[in-house]
Amino acid sequence: MERVASALITVIIGVGGAILYFYLSNLLLDTIFSARGKGPEAARNQKIAATIRPWLFLGPALIALCLYLVYPLVDSIRLSLFNRTGETFVGLQNYAWAVNDTQFRESVFNNILWLLVVPATATFLGLVIAFLTDRIWWGNIAKTLIFMPMAISFVGASVIWKFIYDYRSEGSTQIGLLNAMVQGFGIAPQAWITVPFWNNFFLMVILIWIQTGFAMVILSAALRGIPDETIEAAVIDGANGWQLFFFIMIPQIWGTIAVVWTTITILVLKVFDIVLTMTNGQWQTQVLANLMFDWMFRGGGDFGRGAAIAVCIMLAVIPIMIWNIRRANAEMKGR
Amino acid sequence: MIAGRSKSGNAFVHLAVLLLVIVWTAPTAGLLISSLRAKDLLSVSGWWTALTATQQSQVGRAAGPEAQVEENGRYFIRGNVFEGAAAGTVNAFGVKIGDPRAFKAGETADLPSGGTIKVNADGSYEIASDKKFEGTRGQRIFYVAALPPKFTFANYVEVLSTAGIGQSFVNSLTVTIPATIIPVLIAAYAAYALAWMKFPGRALILSLVVGLLVVPLQMSLIPLLRMYNNVGLFFGVPAKTYLGIWLAHTGFGLPLAIYLLRNYMAGLPREVMESARVDGATDFDIFLKIVLPLSLPALASFAIFQFLWVWNDLLVALVFLGAQNDQLVLTGRLVNLLGSRGGNWEILTASAFVTIVVPLIVFLSLQRFLVRGLLAGSVKG
Repeated sequence: MERVASALITVIIGVGGAILYFYLSNLLLDTIFSARGKGPEAARNQKIAATIRPWLFLGPALIALCLYLVYPLVDSIRLSLFNRTGETFVGLQNYAWAVNDTQFRESVFNNILWLLVVPATATFLGLVIAFLTDRIWWGNIAKTLIFMPMAISFVGASVIWKFIYDYRSEGSTQIGLLNAMVQGFGIAPQAWITVPFWNNFFLMVILIWIQTGFAMVILSAALRGIPDETIEAAVIDGANGWQLFFFIMIPQIWGTIAVVWTTITILVLKVFDIVLTMTNGQWQTQVLANLMFDWMFRGGGDFGRGAAIAVCIMLAVIPIMIWNIRRANAEMKGR
Repeated sequence: MIAGRSKSGNAFVHLAVLLLVIVWTAPTAGLLISSLRAKDLLSVSGWWTALTATQQSQVGRAAGPEAQVEENGRYFIRGNVFEGAAAGTVNAFGVKIGDPRAFKAGETADLPSGGTIKVNADGSYEIASDKKFEGTRGQRIFYVAALPPKFTFANYVEVLSTAGIGQSFVNSLTVTIPATIIPVLIAAYAAYALAWMKFPGRALILSLVVGLLVVPLQMSLIPLLRMYNNVGLFFGVPAKTYLGIWLAHTGFGLPLAIYLLRNYMAGLPREVMESARVDGATDFDIFLKIVLPLSLPALASFAIFQFLWVWNDLLVALVFLGAQNDQLVLTGRLVNLLGSRGGNWEILTASAFVTIVVPLIVFLSLQRFLVRGLLAGSVKG
């Protein structure tokens, strides 16, 4: 209770401080460069105040962005060229190490596997579900239930699925759903997450389970945005349900599909919690984000190698980043 | 209503959606049901059988020879196999470990050491012999019992009190609330400036924000960890503090916050703001009295996002907050429990449900805003 109270007080101080900052800084600006009165003086003051004010509004945000995102971005690149403590310059040695490290190679391979499977599956399932649920009266309830895993943490979801994958030796009663079903079909139960290569897919299922709802919500809105006339014309021309879906609807929403795809792709590149919780990279399930975390703290931490791995993740994100900026700029011009 | 968009899908559509809904909800349902089952049932039968009796092979030990009574020259030991265990119905029993189904309940079996044993369906047993029982330990009885369904809150009581989940729940709240409110406030001002104020470099800053949207968190971790450690050393304060994690979450959440809010604010009607300006209102007034109230839906959208993201976060908490008892958040605690109590599903399921219940409530009650935010963030772009 005491801690809750202290947290509340901090919230009030923090929020109050922020409000006070904005209020006082604006007041100060108005007092120094008073626009009251007449003549060239006031006009000039008003102009100066108008030049400064945006920066008062932007100040805290810009400082936070620079301190927490821009500076670390640059510093990570710098550190990736230094040794484990960040003191001695070692050139590209960390990258040379990475290329030859079996764990790093395994992580890259697994990451590519994740990138190929998860965005495609989640987007496809989301699209199909969006299409199907729009055609039934209880579609909104169905959507809520499928969307729900979005609210569950990766760690929570991992526990949920670890329970499903739970393994008991052959012949005993299985309490894991998957093994119970497998045993019901007369197949020997497996410790699923320890089977190399295939276990990657059992981990991917968790992320697909979470992200399908996201894809569904966005694509459902896009499907509804297709003009009635288009659909009507297709129906009059005799298109059936599946033709309508594949040849009329999908081509109309390519842009949105691309957005959903790239959003999930970025999420996949950062996937960490699921691997840490399920296997911690054992049984050949290592991924870059978890490997990076590992090196950050292993044996007191190797910041050089950790930073080098982070830069590798960043490199994969850059194409999407450029595409996003271009898209946003094009839209801004349209306004 | 046109044919292509009618709400009267055929049976196949209904069935397909029903199947998908079941697949999507069963995992969570399994967790919830399991967390409410009695510990000794949870570990021996699947949660989908929670409503039926559980068949379980068990081992009991009859009372020792000191409990024997003599009646008409014969010696008897009587008792109940369910003593101390969950009550149920005995279906079968046996006297050898490999064969607990050798005899039906109510039958009489010969003991290898001489004498006979009878176990009834209600669990009561009777061991009889012509000779006096010797030794110190009682006869082992192997039996198959049907345990009736049993639901309990005991698992929750246990995790909240002893497993440290209660403490972590408070820690998570302490992290999440300020880390949600602070970025909303800061971003609102910045978004207003970017949407409605003219100044050089505006387009550049917007591009920066859009670019930073996708920068992986991993890029920030090491430099920030070093910076926090140095600040801690320099001022002689701990490097891992709540203030530190609030600010970290603020920084990481800002790009999305600014982006969402700017898009929303830019869509507000220009006339309202211009007429206010003509009336002599300053930017500060316009922001506080007009833009902020009008932007409430967008503010709510982002706040929900940020709340879910911070509450569900593991990585930032692991790096910027300590692992001590008074700082460990729910996600971190759950990972620890997976390590230390890996096989105790009654602990894990109840703990996991405690960690997901708050986001689930937020999600179900405020879904409207969440969807609106998602759409603003990716479709409109």
